[in-house]
Amino acid sequence: MSDVVEKTLSALPSLLSLDSQAGAGKLSPSSKLGNLIKGITELTSKHEEEKLIKKELESIKEQVASPNTTMRQMKEIMVRAIYCEMLGYQASFSYIHAIKLAQQGSVLEKRVGYLAVSLFLNETDEFLLLLVNTVLKDLQSTNLIEVCMALTVVSQMFPKDMIPAILPVVEEKLTHPKEIIRRKAVLALYKFYLIAPNQVQHIHSKFRKALCDKDPGVMTASLHIYLQLIKENPESYKDLTGSMVTILRQVVGGKLPLDFNYHSVPAPWLQIQLLRILAYLGKEDQGTSEMMYDVLEESLRRAEMNHNITYAILFECVKTIYTVHPKSQLLEKAAECIGNFVLSPKINLKYLGLKALTYVVQQDANLALPHQMTIIECLDHSDVIIKRETLELLFRITNAQNVTVIVEKMLEFLRLTYNVWFIQTMNSVFSLGGDVMQPDIPNNFLRLLAEGVDNVEDRQLRLFAVDSYVSLLQGVTAKLPQRFLQVISWVLGEYSYLREEESDPGSVMRLLARLLDQRHTSTETRSWVLGAMTKLCSSPVSVALARDVCERYLSSLCPTSFSRRSYPERSRALLKGTSACFLCVDSSLSFLDGYVSEALAAGAAPYKSPHQRQEDLVQEKALSLEPYGLSLPVSLSSCSITDRLTDRRSPTLLSMSSGLSGNSTELSHQEGSTTLKLEGVKRVWGKDGYLAQQQSAGETPTPLVELPNPLLSPQSPPSQTQKPSSGLEPDQEKRQLASSLFVGLGSHNSVCLVRLPSTVWLFIKHCQSANQSHVFKALFKRFYINSCQSALRTLDHTTSNGNPHVEGTEQRVEAGGPLSLIRGNGMVAVVPPTHTQTDPQTQQDLHPAPALERPRDLPLVYIFQTGLNNKVPFSFFRNPGWKIPESRQKYQGILQPGFKKNTDLLPLTVSTGDYGKMWLSFSHDLKQNLRLVTTEHQEPLTATLDALKGKLHLHVVDIIGSEGIVACRLLQGPGQGQPCLLHCRVNADSLAVWLRSPVPELPDSLLYHCQKALTET
Amino acid sequence: MIKAILIFNNHGKPRLSKFYEHYSEDTEQQIIRETFHLVSKRDENVCNFLEGGMLIGGSENKLIYRHYATLYFVFCVDSSESELGILGLIQVFVETLDKCFENVCELDLIFHVDKVHNILAEMVMGGMVLETNMNEIITQVDAQNKMEKSEAGIAGAPARAVSAVKNMNLPEMPRNINIGDISIKVPNLPSFK
Repeated sequence: MSDVVEKTLSALPSLLSLDSQAGAGKLSPSSKLGNLIKGITELTSKHEEEKLIKKELESIKEQVASPNTTMRQMKEIMVRAIYCEMLGYQASFSYIHAIKLAQQGSVLEKRVGYLAVSLFLNETDEFLLLLVNTVLKDLQSTNLIEVCMALTVVSQMFPKDMIPAILPVVEEKLTHPKEIIRRKAVLALYKFYLIAPNQVQHIHSKFRKALCDKDPGVMTASLHIYLQLIKENPESYKDLTGSMVTILRQVVGGKLPLDFNYHSVPAPWLQIQLLRILAYLGKEDQGTSEMMYDVLEESLRRAEMNHNITYAILFECVKTIYTVHPKSQLLEKAAECIGNFVLSPKINLKYLGLKALTYVVQQDANLALPHQMTIIECLDHSDVIIKRETLELLFRITNAQNVTVIVEKMLEFLRLTYNVWFIQTMNSVFSLGGDVMQPDIPNNFLRLLAEGVDNVEDRQLRLFAVDSYVSLLQGVTAKLPQRFLQVISWVLGEYSYLREEESDPGSVMRLLARLLDQRHTSTETRSWVLGAMTKLCSSPVSVALARDVCERYLSSLCPTSFSRRSYPERSRALLKGTSACFLCVDSSLSFLDGYVSEALAAGAAPYKSPHQRQEDLVQEKALSLEPYGLSLPVSLSSCSITDRLTDRRSPTLLSMSSGLSGNSTELSHQEGSTTLKLEGVKRVWGKDGYLAQQQSAGETPTPLVELPNPLLSPQSPPSQTQKPSSGLEPDQEKRQLASSLFVGLGSHNSVCLVRLPSTVWLFIKHCQSANQSHVFKALFKRFYINSCQSALRTLDHTTSNGNPHVEGTEQRVEAGGPLSLIRGNGMVAVVPPTHTQTDPQTQQDLHPAPALERPRDLPLVYIFQTGLNNKVPFSFFRNPGWKIPESRQKYQGILQPGFKKNTDLLPLTVSTGDYGKMWLSFSHDLKQNLRLVTTEHQEPLTATLDALKGKLHLHVVDIIGSEGIVACRLLQGPGQGQPCLLHCRVNADSLAVWLRSPVPELPDSLLYHCQKALTET
Repeated sequence: MIKAILIFNNHGKPRLSKFYEHYSEDTEQQIIRETFHLVSKRDENVCNFLEGGMLIGGSENKLIYRHYATLYFVFCVDSSESELGILGLIQVFVETLDKCFENVCELDLIFHVDKVHNILAEMVMGGMVLETNMNEIITQVDAQNKMEKSEAGIAGAPARAVSAVKNMNLPEMPRNINIGDISIKVPNLPSFK
């Protein structure tokens, strides 16, 4: 078949040569276009195309210059020139010929001429002046087509200065008998209005005439003008409201000829236009708005959902309803309509639904509430555009309570889409925002960098960050805020290896060292820098550099607080420790136990996690809300107060818990992992934290605030047992997210209590029984200072009993023997003494025969690094000689503060009344959500409590409805005989447990065992 | 207001470009490339709206596009246009092309750039929607074509010849002119996804 085509194509010239009188022997231009296209499509490279087009342009140039070329040939040439221009090759020599063609050609040639002119030229082109007369002539032509062409070119582009020359003629066309001419004239005048508003001021009355034109097409065209005019100045056109409403009513009512229907919708585009105009007119104007309520309702009602174009009308209608003065009945209907959009499976409609929501939540944020789950789903949508619109929506509903979560989501989005942009933006944010910034922001940023699989994209992001920081450091660093420097150090320390191809391995090292030398660098930053340098000690050059730096730093930074005697050791330790930096990570920090227990024994306040402290604070300040309180029933007002209080701090809790994953069972870091894998960091929401926040997600709000306990108030309605929803985990996760995103919206503010035991807390928890070396004082002290400023003083006081050597925040503790302590919020390195004065048995428990496995001469080094403000990243290293006990589980039990084994508990048999009294008298409490055990033949609550009872020797005092109370006491140990009470309440599919005891650590250890017991079942 | 109407094929080759706002030649080419880049990497099952590229005004402007077989039809509009309205307009445009060219294909757009422009001029004028009624557009275009025929006389020969060629062979032309599947499958106009 291709033969046929070929033949036909080759026959073309002869066919066409009939026509080419002048250029005898030449190929027909038409065929030339064919050949050109054929040639181009056969090419494979851009370069070849360029060559071919250049050749083609040469030949066009030749032809247009030739006096023999007729207008008809010129027309074909112009088409070719248009084609070349479209491909991006300038054919400027042909412009003048295009104008000539428009001036002199017959109607058809003129048309091509005008077309070429409108494609080639623009308003500012001087060539256009040559066209003015032609346009004028054509406007006055009797040939309709010529008039149309002139009007079209005028509306495409016309020199501003020349408008007066043709304005009267165009105006005249408004009364032209032909509808199409009137219509084009209206649009041409609109264009004039846009480029030179003053020049058409006098014809505003004529616009009104156009609006009232008997032809709907002309009227439609005039709406373009009115939309613009009313948008600019709605006040002057209020009188048109009636007309617009009438027009819309007629259109909606199907008064237009059927020609105007599109998919059996009467003139949809016209309706859209009118609705927009009404929105501008009715905005903030009750009187005007009232005029249009009826027709808006009619529009909503008439628009049956059958075609996209109806949705277009509905969308516009909803927007108008929410723009004009509100009418509740209409708003309801519009909200319903938005629901249809949002829930639609059609992605375009979903997008518009989100857009509509974004628009309306500015007036009423509660409108987003019914669509929470959809919004959450859209956050993870594969379409970036949908995602972005969702973020836009979230941005609109941002309030003090959900800002952290939303910003986090936004950062995530940014990381996915705009690597380079993201880094650059964050760079400027850091350098400008600097130290006034919330510590969360750098933390999140570091997390984003550290997170994710090690794929190419992630690596690129990191590499880009590294490169940009290196170049930053090469410049003037004096102005950079400390926090930014810290971020830079961390990133360089972690990811400098990515630019290993670089020639000089010591370059980054030197840059960092320069930072140390600068006077303005704070101690905290220095420790970050040092931390980074330790990570970089991989080549001999760097090690030498590091040694240098180390010595200089140690001797210069704080000569008074460090004794000369020990500093070589310290620097050596640092170096050794660093070159063996990727060893093993023991995030349970079990070796600190001794210190903690000692501190506790000395009367130090036990560590409280920030949220616990805050809770204490709340309890001090707010009204008492004890479930077993005597002041029953709790008044509603007090409920709402605490509600608000707890609510307000929930975002902080969220960010806390997102930073630190908390489940002890998941803290198994692998030995020998070579990089700082911030395990657990990614888990934004731990399993335990999933409060089923159905209050906000579902339609039936149930206040989370504890109601008067049914045990003590029998008249209270039987609490409904909520069956654990069959929702799978991801679902819960989404609900969780929803609750955090939509917190603060709606009248029923839900309490968002996500409480994960933080790493910090666990760490403390695991450190409380055994006794280790004094060295850990230093370690732990540092950590303590960092993690808990308020507890600092107490601890300082207790630990410095023997050796109260405190100098600012620098401190050296010499109790246990030689040690190194490089101070800083960021990093601590410690060499423990070889012989510690510890209880040998405990030591054995902790580290089975460490001395045997460790070569004598190799000093031990512990390095801590905490994140900014002690959130992520937190990591801990020690050198390889020392193995971590194989099974940490083995001694985890021993480390429990309250009791060691399950069997250490005794059931405590009390009556409900006694329980209530005891509850009130106990001061140490803890709240947590636990997993519910589900069995086939039992209520989840009963099953769960039974499981706990079996495992932990608890006494179930009573179960009423969805709540149960449980009691136990300690069999042996320091707190022998001390009771602990549990109050359990089924909350959707988790068990909210509230523990109380007179002994501070008992609730926590019991909780830990409960968690463990439930995990095992 | 409509800022630009672009048609390009699956490989990014422009088939029609019409700007209603002034950009320099270079910028126009970059806009076409950028738009192609933005649009072509979108899956089939995502929405038909996009934020405009940087060159054409970023988030101020929206790209509304449809993909038919080998061709992308992209309208770049500002915030005053209704997304679904424009989507409908693209459909009208394609239907009209289909009627005018009788089963339109990519080749028609290549060989008859001027005609396509003329059809477009009846729909959109200076960036404003002029006419959305397909029959009306066709009437206008036909009126001009009729004139072409009556005026052309002997000059009509080339047009006739070309149309003869097209009727005979064009469906098979891709063998010579390697532009892939040339037939724009105008769907039976079911509502899109």
